[in-house]
Amino acid sequence: MTAIFKRELRSYFSTPLGYVFSAVYLAVSGFLFALLTLRASSSDVSSYSSMMIFGFVALLPLLTMRSFSEEKRLKTDALLLTSPVSATGIVLGKYLASLTVFAGNLLLSCVYIISLGKYAAEHSPVSPARTFGCFFAMFLVGACFIAVGTFVSSLTENQVVAAVGTMAILSFFAAIALFNGMIDSYAIRTVLSWISLYSRFTNFTYGMFDFAALLYYLSFAAVFVFLTVRVTERRRWI
Amino acid sequence: MIEVRNVFKQYGNVTALDDVSFTVNEGEIVGFLGPNGAGKSTMMNIVTGYLSSTSGEASVCGIDVLENPDEAKKKIGYLPEQPPLYREMKVSEYLNFVYDLKKCTLNRKAHLDEIMAVTKIANVKGRVIGNLSKGYRQRVGIAQALVGNPPVMIFDEPTVGLDPKQIIEIRNLIRNLGKNHTVILSTHILSEVRSVCDRILIINEGRLIADEKTENIARAAASDRKYTVKVAGPRRDVLRELRALNGVRLAEDTGDGDADGAVFAVEAERGIDIRKQMFNMLAAKGWPIMELTPRGMSLEEVFVMITDEDERRRTAPGTRGGREG
Repeated sequence: MTAIFKRELRSYFSTPLGYVFSAVYLAVSGFLFALLTLRASSSDVSSYSSMMIFGFVALLPLLTMRSFSEEKRLKTDALLLTSPVSATGIVLGKYLASLTVFAGNLLLSCVYIISLGKYAAEHSPVSPARTFGCFFAMFLVGACFIAVGTFVSSLTENQVVAAVGTMAILSFFAAIALFNGMIDSYAIRTVLSWISLYSRFTNFTYGMFDFAALLYYLSFAAVFVFLTVRVTERRRWI
Repeated sequence: MIEVRNVFKQYGNVTALDDVSFTVNEGEIVGFLGPNGAGKSTMMNIVTGYLSSTSGEASVCGIDVLENPDEAKKKIGYLPEQPPLYREMKVSEYLNFVYDLKKCTLNRKAHLDEIMAVTKIANVKGRVIGNLSKGYRQRVGIAQALVGNPPVMIFDEPTVGLDPKQIIEIRNLIRNLGKNHTVILSTHILSEVRSVCDRILIINEGRLIADEKTENIARAAASDRKYTVKVAGPRRDVLRELRALNGVRLAEDTGDGDADGAVFAVEAERGIDIRKQMFNMLAAKGWPIMELTPRGMSLEEVFVMITDEDERRRTAPGTRGGREG
């Protein structure tokens, strides 16, 4: 697993993908941060983080689109699958590498807070708990999205299909968050908000540690990682 | 060393492998032979644990490939049809990655240096794989299979895309590996198996139709009963005299020929060497022999013969005995 993790991580930065992703991520996050906190004269990063997780719908598929599809297309998966590594090891190695690149960018974007802390008005200082909560929640949502992306990538040989497919699924989650309030039926609304990744985000932005949400996010990611493992194993059986 | 028992492989409705069984002993080099799409790669993928069989068993060094895949995979070095190379990596980086992936315990530097020396890629170790020529990539693919010095090596068409000099080098390499490894290689080039392999398995339409020592197949191919003879003399007269010769089963005018003479195909009766008689008779007539070539079957012809025979056996009514049920 470590070998795959290291190779994957290095491959992000020996090809343009890692740089392109980082550039786009930092550009988008920088723009949104400037717009939603600095320009809005607010020291609260919750609106920034809520917008970012919508941005993730377009951003994170870039990170995961090739993880398995490229291996299939170039038949390099033969090496991995005939090595003494379990399917779980392969999937986790790849998943954690994507997650690390994402987390690295998220960490980099924390630099913004410094400027915020410096210029925040005295009557509304930056709240450490709320800020940390926002970034932590962003990390959790990202981890879920990357799991979805890795899973979709394991289904196809085509990077573009993987990216667009992932965006479609993530857009569904975003759509629930945006339009759920317009649904008349109480039952449907409740069910949809239950599976919504976005609705669990809110407590973190108030600086509350929502253990139920944490568990939800972790299990959501775990389910998709598990599905990816199944797909990888199943490849032998068809 | 390698044991395959009653392996079936079904892709949907297509049967890729149909009841294949064979054993490969330690230190043997076995050639898998068959036309494209016969099931060679599928068979190799099953032995390496890349694919599973629909039914049947495969084991390597006594370890079942499905029951204990991680242990079995440690025993195998595998070069698939398309070498599994990461194009953005440097050669040395790549081999180090494979070293880690295979959980190797040998001395890293010494082992990888040795592999690069054996496969003659040391001079490109700092280069990016994507920029290498096909021959070098193929050799990096072979190097990858050697990492960890596994007792069993499986090569799927190892010499495809190489130039003649490289082909000879790779064949020598495989022959050397065969001294202390068990090797399976697949190819559809018959001269390749003849020059490298101890034993030949012929596979056609998913079924194993021959399992022979290479010498036996070569012997079947090298018949001493057929000759091509070029004679400087009148075509019709020569043909008539050849046919009249004792021990000649068949003589035909091939229609070929040039200013030197006409070309005839002659086949002797079983167990009779007709060369002396033929020479004496033609010399007496004053028709000199310009060329005399024994016309053994090429391995290609042997292959066609074996597959045809097999097909005839299968399609002939009433002779399917034992295959039903």
